[in-house]
Amino acid sequence: MDYKEILKNIEGICGAGSLKAVANGADEVYVEAPAGSFNKLCHAFHKTLNSPVMMFFAVDNTAGNASYRLYCVFSGAQACGKWFFVYFDVPENKPEFNSIAKEIFSASLFEREMKEMFGIIPLGNPDTRRLHLHPEVWPKGNYPLRKSFKAGSLKAGEKKEYVFGKIEGDGIFEVPVGPVHAGIIGPGHFRFSAAGEPIINLEIRLGFTHRGVEKLFEGKKPEECLALSECASGDSVFAHSLAFCGAVEKINSIDVPPGAQYQRCIFLELERMYNHVADMGGIAIDVGFSFPSAYASTMKESLLCLNEKLTGSRYLKGINAIGGTGKSPDKNFLADLSAGLDDITQDFNSLKEMLLSNVSFMDRADNTGILRKKTAEDLGVIGMPARASGIPNDLRKDFPGVYAKMNFKAAKQNKGDVLARLNVRFQEFEESISIIRQAMNLLHGDGVPGNNTGAGKPGFALGYCEGWRGPVLYWLKINEKGFIDRCKIVDPSFHNWQGLSYAVLGEIIPDFPLCNKSFDLSYSGNDL
Amino acid sequence: MIDIFRNSLKKGRVTRKIKCNRPDAGGSAPFEIAGKELRDIIRKKFGRSFHIREVDTGSCGACESEIIACTNPIYDIQRFGIDFVASPRHADALLVTGPVSKNMELALKRTYEAMPGPNLVITLGDCALDGGLFKDSYYTLKGAGSVVPVAIHIPGCPPKPIDIICSILNYLK
Repeated sequence: MDYKEILKNIEGICGAGSLKAVANGADEVYVEAPAGSFNKLCHAFHKTLNSPVMMFFAVDNTAGNASYRLYCVFSGAQACGKWFFVYFDVPENKPEFNSIAKEIFSASLFEREMKEMFGIIPLGNPDTRRLHLHPEVWPKGNYPLRKSFKAGSLKAGEKKEYVFGKIEGDGIFEVPVGPVHAGIIGPGHFRFSAAGEPIINLEIRLGFTHRGVEKLFEGKKPEECLALSECASGDSVFAHSLAFCGAVEKINSIDVPPGAQYQRCIFLELERMYNHVADMGGIAIDVGFSFPSAYASTMKESLLCLNEKLTGSRYLKGINAIGGTGKSPDKNFLADLSAGLDDITQDFNSLKEMLLSNVSFMDRADNTGILRKKTAEDLGVIGMPARASGIPNDLRKDFPGVYAKMNFKAAKQNKGDVLARLNVRFQEFEESISIIRQAMNLLHGDGVPGNNTGAGKPGFALGYCEGWRGPVLYWLKINEKGFIDRCKIVDPSFHNWQGLSYAVLGEIIPDFPLCNKSFDLSYSGNDL
Repeated sequence: MIDIFRNSLKKGRVTRKIKCNRPDAGGSAPFEIAGKELRDIIRKKFGRSFHIREVDTGSCGACESEIIACTNPIYDIQRFGIDFVASPRHADALLVTGPVSKNMELALKRTYEAMPGPNLVITLGDCALDGGLFKDSYYTLKGAGSVVPVAIHIPGCPPKPIDIICSILNYLK
């Protein structure tokens, strides 16, 4: 379907008169919301496209026209293969708007983020507590993403304690965990309310690894920021840099040579493989099944060593460049990769058999931590856990790019429990091997690196890719001088942490690590 | 008992030698040499065990991944006497990653205070030294050194397992 037809339908639904829509690049449509109809319009897009709010963010235009522009992004993948950006302006002297989270729950976290970062108040949103800037350490009245904010000039203001949701009743007790956990993982605070053994509420408080990444992008040249995008989330290094490069390339209309595209595809899949295998081991250790876990950790190590052999970096850092991959593969690239894949396939098959043929393991994984499809849809869960709950979404199918040439099946499970998420990982691991082999055939050893540093055009665009957790989105705006004006990053973890807090309801606290590992969300990607 | 024997005889050996692509693998590899030297020092100075508590103060997660890699069967840092423990009360050393986000300042201090003396602090990764890439941010302190006294720094982004073990060795020597 053409996107214009969808716009016609939406005009009919919300009766807002004719909509002003502008296409930007190949797959983005910007729709200006007429005064007072932003909420209706967002709701209409949400229902018509069957998409959660993928991004919802503000851009500071106070220097030009004394306003903030809010963009609400929906994915029209199934309907017409476009991203829809609904936008409207909020005046600087009265920064408030009517909350859309009342109708579309997946907008809720974004509104809270906007309130703390820009001071734009979502009227009517029942929860306006801060996410990243903890009220204990960050004084009231400082909005870091406003252009007028300077790092050195922190205004004094009120600081206060964070208030957790209270669950009260006979025999209900709270178990607080974190921010420093027992294992070697990121910091986060989990507060369980339990009655006897089952968890009846879980509140997850994050933001401990907030480093102000989005602000650090501002005022820099795009090529300076590549390293920064690689440090957004340490286990999705390649996905983040790829999404960032995608945005810059779109703004500057740079065509990436096919050789470089195949290489990128290979690296993205390698990243998916080493993370998925680490999680298979993690799920095993969280039910106390240590042998497969040790086995999986050696597999992860071989994949990291393979990465190092191919690129010189265990975590695929410093490979992506704007316009390509920076260097062409050396002559042993395909041979090394092929040998590495052969070994890993053999190991993978025995790991899979080890796990699936063990009754006590299956007993723990099956039926545990169920995230229902309806809940997942309402919360806006995306990526890998969404696929395990029966929601078909995969950017590699929806906005394929180079993946259009690959023959693969998007993973799908229906039950939404730990086992379903494990099965999604198994399926994706197998598909990844097949995708890499197909990309190798297309690459033929003559990958043109492609490297374009002439990236100086002003404009804005969305860069995206399907990382191993789900869609990684970068919306980038570059000003006339060629500096980054705004960079909005959404890691799938930002959507999915809430999914975890619903999946554990009714489970016992000892099963929490298992549920947590089956999602394996990023702290740093969420907190940025 | 007989069943167990019969079962294992029937199945034979199920383990196999792990094939390792690690460039520094093998009996005389740098990792093994450094590890053995470290084991001797730990035996003398720490009575055979050197226990580390890890605190992430805002790292991207890659440093954690490398620390976990140290404990996999290929590197197996535990055989040299180093182990990662769940509580600062059990720890000889604190291993700090990340540029120290403002939100983690208090948690880092408290973890440090919960340790028994002499409170050895190791920083790991470029961010932990001086903030690294996040130096100019509004929400980070300038590395762990601004909160707690640091004894050893392990450079890298992230440092490889071999770098981790060699840095600790060089300090303890």
